[in-house]
Amino acid sequence: MIDKIVHSIAEALAGVRDGATVLMGGFGAVGQPDELIEGLIEQGARDLTVVANNAGAGRVGLAKLMEAGRVRKIICSFPRSAGSVVFEELYRAGKLELEIVPQGTLAERMRAAGAGIPAFFTPTGAGTKLAHGKEVREFDGRPHVMEHALKGDVALVEAWEADRWGNLTYRESGRNFNPVMAMAAELTVAQVHHIRDLGEIPADGIHTPGIFVNRVVRVARGHPWS
Amino acid sequence: MWNRTRMAARVAQDIPEGWFVNLGIGIPTMVADHVPPDREVILHSENGILGMGPAPAPDAVNPWLVNAGKQPVTLRPGGSFFHHADSFAMIRGGHIDLCVLGAFEVAENGDIANWATSENDSAPAVGGAMDLAAGAKRLWVVMEHTTKDGAPKLVGRCSYPLTAMAAVQRVYTNLAVLDVVAGRGFVVREIVPGLSLAELQAKTAAPLHADA
Repeated sequence: MIDKIVHSIAEALAGVRDGATVLMGGFGAVGQPDELIEGLIEQGARDLTVVANNAGAGRVGLAKLMEAGRVRKIICSFPRSAGSVVFEELYRAGKLELEIVPQGTLAERMRAAGAGIPAFFTPTGAGTKLAHGKEVREFDGRPHVMEHALKGDVALVEAWEADRWGNLTYRESGRNFNPVMAMAAELTVAQVHHIRDLGEIPADGIHTPGIFVNRVVRVARGHPWS
Repeated sequence: MWNRTRMAARVAQDIPEGWFVNLGIGIPTMVADHVPPDREVILHSENGILGMGPAPAPDAVNPWLVNAGKQPVTLRPGGSFFHHADSFAMIRGGHIDLCVLGAFEVAENGDIANWATSENDSAPAVGGAMDLAAGAKRLWVVMEHTTKDGAPKLVGRCSYPLTAMAAVQRVYTNLAVLDVVAGRGFVVREIVPGLSLAELQAKTAAPLHADA
């Protein structure tokens, strides 16, 4: 019997190695798997490269992991936001590497990784400083920048429901980067609000098919801001 | 001189029924409040929403439903959710009719600078600005005509780091509405009452062309 459900955060994060590239879902607090992210502190992996839209806020979740000194590099589109104090401190102190990627390019680089596309050309960023050092080619008379697929060793995602095959649904704008990251990593771990019986989630309503998911852990938590 | 509300309303006046529209943060967000309720305009949010509605009443906030600025919003009947790659496929694929952004500078060739205030800022937040500027079918900018110190924001060439090249079609300021026309530059379509073209030109660092 296939059963991807594990019963602790420790089990969910087993095997995450030092130096791993970790994709973290969420847009701000919504759809962000905070318990898994904070679980990495106890799990112990160091020198992580984190891919996320934002660089953490307050002192929880990603900010807490960064404050614990586990993150070597962050790849994101919007590092500075309300409450990104830990990022600011570490970045100013030279303790954090930063790669800024336009938001749509960030999503597409991971989608490409999950879809077996090693690189692609996009008009986004052409003629800007984010295109420096990248190959540029003209298509239909417009310059396009070559961007490489961005693959994770691990993806940590937050979903609303899951079954033991790893099929997932997301809630409202909590979907955001999660389905894209789920398909782009070697090991995808989902923290979910509800476990459903196999067949209980309507097949038409599954957002991420279980083929992209390795482990599921239920985390009793309130809404994204609680 | 138009205030921010009047500027937002002026933009809304030009958005026809049926357009898919992405509104940036600041004055662009206020545009939504000025689209008449009987005109169906579908708002897109980068984080995976079509059919976004206005902010909810404080006691009706849904914490799972936020806009690109991470503020609580609502969903209109007919609205939908999707993931980030699809959301930016809508943008990059030319499915979004209009994007309205703020800017630090717009150049007469349509270049826009709106994400970093200096070459030396090593951690600027680009978000979805470059994707929107390069991908939406139309890019309109709404911004003050000059900085707080009176420096022109409509310029011959941007001095701040670019967001996108030759992307802006129209600019709405507190003083005027201007089109960016290839080969011509800024063409003035409308000036606030009481201001002359010469006075507007004095506040603009690129040649202005009269409408016609």
